[in-house]
Amino acid sequence: MPRFLTFKGGVRLSEYKELTEGRKIRDLPPPDRVVVPLAQNAGSPPQPVVEKGQEVEEGEVIAEPDGTVSSTLHAPVSGKIAAIGDYPVAAGPPDQAIEIETDPGKTSRRLLSPLTDPTPDEIRSRALEAGIVGLGGAGFPTQVKLAPPEDAEIEYAIINGAECEPFLTVDYRLMLEEGRRVIDGLKLMMAAVGAGEGIIAVEANKMEAFYKLQALAHRESDIRVEILRVKYPQGGEKQLIAALLGREVPAGGLPAEVGCLVQNVATAAALAAAVREGQPLIERVVTVAGSGLKKPGNFRVRIGTPYRSLVEAAGGLPEGELKIVSGGPMMGVALAGLDEPVVKGTSGLLVLPADHRPRNLPCLRCGDCLRACPMGLVPSDLGTLVEQERWDEFAEQGGRDCIECGCCAYVCSSGRDLVQLIKLGKEELKKREK
Amino acid sequence: MAARKQPERLFQVTPAPHFHSGETIPRVMWAVVISLAPALLAGLYFFGWRSLQISVTAVVAAVLTEAAIQRLRGRPVTVSDGSAAVAGLLLAFNLPPGVPLWLPAVGAVFGIAVGKHAFGGLGQNIFNPALVGRVFVMHSWLGTMTTWTPPRTSLYRGVDALTYATPLGAAKEAVESLVPGADGLVSTADMFWGNIGGCIGETSALALLLGGAFLLWRGYIRWQTPVSFIAAVGILAWLLPASEDALALTPLQHILGGGLLLGAIFMATDMVTTPVTGTGMLIFGTGCGVITALIRLYGGFPEGVCYSILIMNAFTPLIDRYTRPRIFGT
Repeated sequence: MPRFLTFKGGVRLSEYKELTEGRKIRDLPPPDRVVVPLAQNAGSPPQPVVEKGQEVEEGEVIAEPDGTVSSTLHAPVSGKIAAIGDYPVAAGPPDQAIEIETDPGKTSRRLLSPLTDPTPDEIRSRALEAGIVGLGGAGFPTQVKLAPPEDAEIEYAIINGAECEPFLTVDYRLMLEEGRRVIDGLKLMMAAVGAGEGIIAVEANKMEAFYKLQALAHRESDIRVEILRVKYPQGGEKQLIAALLGREVPAGGLPAEVGCLVQNVATAAALAAAVREGQPLIERVVTVAGSGLKKPGNFRVRIGTPYRSLVEAAGGLPEGELKIVSGGPMMGVALAGLDEPVVKGTSGLLVLPADHRPRNLPCLRCGDCLRACPMGLVPSDLGTLVEQERWDEFAEQGGRDCIECGCCAYVCSSGRDLVQLIKLGKEELKKREK
Repeated sequence: MAARKQPERLFQVTPAPHFHSGETIPRVMWAVVISLAPALLAGLYFFGWRSLQISVTAVVAAVLTEAAIQRLRGRPVTVSDGSAAVAGLLLAFNLPPGVPLWLPAVGAVFGIAVGKHAFGGLGQNIFNPALVGRVFVMHSWLGTMTTWTPPRTSLYRGVDALTYATPLGAAKEAVESLVPGADGLVSTADMFWGNIGGCIGETSALALLLGGAFLLWRGYIRWQTPVSFIAAVGILAWLLPASEDALALTPLQHILGGGLLLGAIFMATDMVTTPVTGTGMLIFGTGCGVITALIRLYGGFPEGVCYSILIMNAFTPLIDRYTRPRIFGT
């Protein structure tokens, strides 16, 4: 067996990719109304530039960036602004959102002008104008990522096609169906940051995508496709760089410090569409899967589409006690209902059976969590330090370095909610820094 | 914005991750019980029904003590997790097969009450509860605890228990007939199969190794502790001379004799009371081995496994502190 690239720590998971990996991306028609939250990017949310009652065209700007680390929002459908105000979200306090009532009569889309041979600055401003943010979930504005610090020399632009979360097959389908676009996106990234080499990395459970991309890229001397061992969280930015190049991003630092820029597959495809076709980011592909769903699949939907429409497209909810998860099963958020909308960072919607495993029993000190931790932390100790509110020690022992991948809680035989505890600790440290 | 409709269905909401490995405390503990089964069967074979009676008494006493304390403290009763049963069984394994039945009961009550719950219960105790129980009965009833029964299969069956000894004890007291290899009545092979005097669970090296292999395979113990513990004893037994008035055993006899395998495989690997990192386990195991060898060769007792583990238990927090893994990117 060939030895694939990998990283230290992590866990092997059941993949469940077979549910949707063979399903072609299907376009869903725009819903009757969309709800577009303002805060879909890391940094400051864009500010609305429309008013209630105003008619908007699909692709028209409805919110403008606020500051440098921000993004742009476009109307995902043509129609009338029904409301601008608070909307409940899964995590945290209610957020501001723009609600648009769809006008089914209008089907035109407002596009930006296509660019054939853009300069690095043009690529960056296009990413901003088109509202491109990291589509893997973090939502980091792409134009900021494409502008590394002056003193950093970026050698490698890397497309993260690991897609290590179980169930999700969005990136896999995009690599298969839109491989050319993904490679084009990579070339734009390389051009924007002056990277000499491009790498596309896929896990060994996506060999079809590997062969497809290799065939597409074989004339590109500066692009290579690499295979990674199937292990979670191989798609973590730091784990990916460590596996590919043997370089460690310094604690608290950015990939640019080790000469790397990492973007996920969907982001690269969106960037290429924005530059070459002038497409604003108003839709994305979402994997809808889980136990008991009759028609799981990959659906291209408008940003702002309620999750309910996705579940209906997948054949409706099964009977029984369920847990609905936005994202993957390891890092996704459990939802209280189906009214929430798809946002730019939504990669999956999972319907899982409710679990009744015991939680938060005393720690046995088995050490499984620290062996699973890909960041070299001792999660059991970090969790205890948070429980005991010993914030300084929590910081000293690397609480901030946690990437919240969930490996520790996955292996914990005491069922401790370790990630939740560490997240609380990180929040507390942020509060205390202010 | 339109008020949110009352949801038509309720969904479970819990923090991520939404997958779990399926490992639970009872799974871990019952796997340990299974791994101890070969040694229990060996005890049954060599020492008869009495060894089973002692084991059952210790387990029942440990479980009842835990249930009683949890009830008194108004805490949920968690005896079904198997941890008290494991402690009771390990205590029984550390007792000679001829002890009266009240003795395992007293040891189990003390071990669970003082060794475990006085520190806050499961996961909180510093010292191995089974060994705390054993040390308590050892020092309270020294004579009873050092009276050995010859195995039913031994050439010495029928010999007065007062004059019979374990191989380690015989070497220390220079009783030639019971030192393996001296006159052919006891052999190193006997030590491997279990045909020697000793505590209920420590007699058969083979049975203990089988149980250890099972735990290693299931990932509930790691190689570092038993290997470093056993290697340290073997190497020191080879390098250091025995004290003048004692007979020398070979390193292999030191490894097969006494409670070394039982301690190294099942008690120095107790998750709660030993280090969590591989490096920490190597330090812990080596420390146990050094202390064991020094006690055996030069101390007042023939055996030192139990004390070595308890002493190293005290160092566990310190070892953990200095053997933390390197944080990624530092």
